[in-house]
Amino acid sequence: MGKAWILALGLMTTLASPASAQTFQPAIVYDVGGKADKSFNEAAFAGAERFRKETGVAFREFEISAEAQREQAFANMARRGASIVIGIGFTQKVALEKVAKQYPTVKFTLVDTTSDLPNVQSVIFREQEGSFLVGMLAAMASKTHKVGFVGGMDIPLIRRFALGYSDGAKHADPATEVFQNMTGSTPAAWTDPARGAELARSQIDRGADVIFAAAGTTGLGVLQATADGGKLGIGVDANQDHLHPGRMLTSMVKRVDLVVYRAFMAAKNGDWKPGIAVLGLAEDAVGYTVDEHNDKLITPEMKAKVEAARAEIIAGRLKVREYQAP
Amino acid sequence: MDELVQFVSILSATIRLAAPLVLAALGGLFAERSGVIDIAIEAKMLAAAFAAASAASVTGSPWIGLLAGIAAAVALALIHAYACVSHQGNQVVSGMALNILAAGLPPVLATAWFHQSGNTPALPSEARFPALDLPFSALAETWLWLDLLWNRLIGGHNLLVYVAAAAVPLAAFVLYRTRFGLRLRAVGENPAAVDTAGISVVRLRYQALIIGGALSGVAGAYLSIAQGAGFTRDMSAGRGFLALAALIFGRWRPVPTLLACLLFAWVDAIQTRLQGVEIPVIGFVPVQLVSALPYIVTVLLLAGWVGKAKPPRTIGLPYGRPR
Repeated sequence: MGKAWILALGLMTTLASPASAQTFQPAIVYDVGGKADKSFNEAAFAGAERFRKETGVAFREFEISAEAQREQAFANMARRGASIVIGIGFTQKVALEKVAKQYPTVKFTLVDTTSDLPNVQSVIFREQEGSFLVGMLAAMASKTHKVGFVGGMDIPLIRRFALGYSDGAKHADPATEVFQNMTGSTPAAWTDPARGAELARSQIDRGADVIFAAAGTTGLGVLQATADGGKLGIGVDANQDHLHPGRMLTSMVKRVDLVVYRAFMAAKNGDWKPGIAVLGLAEDAVGYTVDEHNDKLITPEMKAKVEAARAEIIAGRLKVREYQAP
Repeated sequence: MDELVQFVSILSATIRLAAPLVLAALGGLFAERSGVIDIAIEAKMLAAAFAAASAASVTGSPWIGLLAGIAAAVALALIHAYACVSHQGNQVVSGMALNILAAGLPPVLATAWFHQSGNTPALPSEARFPALDLPFSALAETWLWLDLLWNRLIGGHNLLVYVAAAAVPLAAFVLYRTRFGLRLRAVGENPAAVDTAGISVVRLRYQALIIGGALSGVAGAYLSIAQGAGFTRDMSAGRGFLALAALIFGRWRPVPTLLACLLFAWVDAIQTRLQGVEIPVIGFVPVQLVSALPYIVTVLLLAGWVGKAKPPRTIGLPYGRPR
């Protein structure tokens, strides 16, 4: 192990030296859950990978596993000469802002929450719009007219998903009943698949036959339970339809991959700008998935209705409510 | 009729949620009855959950997964035994060290082996313990009451739930009706007497910790290859400590411990169903309060009711033969 490390470090240094000669060094810090969470962080990783493949520029990355690491992770990236550091997840805000103040020449991109520092670009999504569409799909696919939602930690971000989903379901079929559960009110709510499965089962027992999980790795338990119970699940952030082919109605995708890719590209080409960007259906940054795993579940009528609603929302004729924290 | 279905649904969830608690608490019961504090139940569950998921993922067999889970938990129990029994170390310190180890090591190993950010790959259904259908389940389906009782409440659980159910009378039998059980209880109360009688205190405590490790191992495997489908970081989510609380509330006796586990599980099952439901008179209960319910109940019970509970007399005290 020790030797392998030294070798790896040596290799990285030699590989890194031409990169530092190029002077462009992108870096990314994932949130708890890590880059293989099959969801939010994995989407970010996919975007960074795409950038690497297209440009040949390697990127530094860090996976947070404890709260105390956040600030250290950003500071390390900045100190080692990163040109742009992307922070994935709203929990990165405090650490990112602190480091961004110390390194005013380094570009920072923050995903999922906002910051008004002059060297920070913030990207947030109109989750309610994408959730509205999958809510419509859920209501149309449900035979019991009961659909469920399982959220992770109870925060306004997840409430945005929940409200959009519930509004969408009722838009498609006003008789639909929507069950809503939050896993908890601490960050542990993102990493408890057993509880997620239990919440899903409780909703199935109440009659739900389509369940939307927006809960990090807890959601994997939700989707497992819906698949085990012969019901339909809806994935979140990344396309999760492949997890249980035939038992996944769709996924509400947030194109974090595009955000990461574009931020890296813009920084490389010199047209990166600080400020706040809000992305939704109109920017094609949220939406639902149709692929070989679920195309039999989404009938042409369903698709036509959802596409119509999508056009209406983009045109501004159909207003989707946004959750307001009380 | 709908209320009845809901009622059975809650009871059925209670059974599913109680199973890992029961197994882990019984494991702790053996250890603590022998006089060794078992604060590392959480560590054993977490390590077992990881080992079980890894082995099941590589071999595709839930049985090998279960064995790996038990082996991992027993290995931790042996470390605990080596530190606290052989070398008379502080049992709480050793237990906490194991808890920290088990929180950190599995994600590191998982990242090295599976490259999935500290999780193991999701398990296919053949690598997990499936829900079992009891015989005559089709027959029972014809009548709602029987269907609910036979297929939803008693049946329809995975194998490890029945293992947990069987473990309670078995543990009680071993503890109260066998020579080993008598010696085990004696060694927790008065190890000097046991030693004087020519029975090895060290050997008995090792045996107790190995049994405890094996039971906690089954509990951990339950989380990752029966109830869930794969290991994720911190997936035991404090259940080991809840099991410890149930053990204390159950006054270190198998049947009261079972009841305590069922109570905790029932509160948990209720809390998943109380969210967003309007309760007469009170109205909507905030999610935060509802999800804190199991812990509030734990604190109330431990603070209020268990005051008279007498732990094994020499618990926490390492035994060294006087010179």
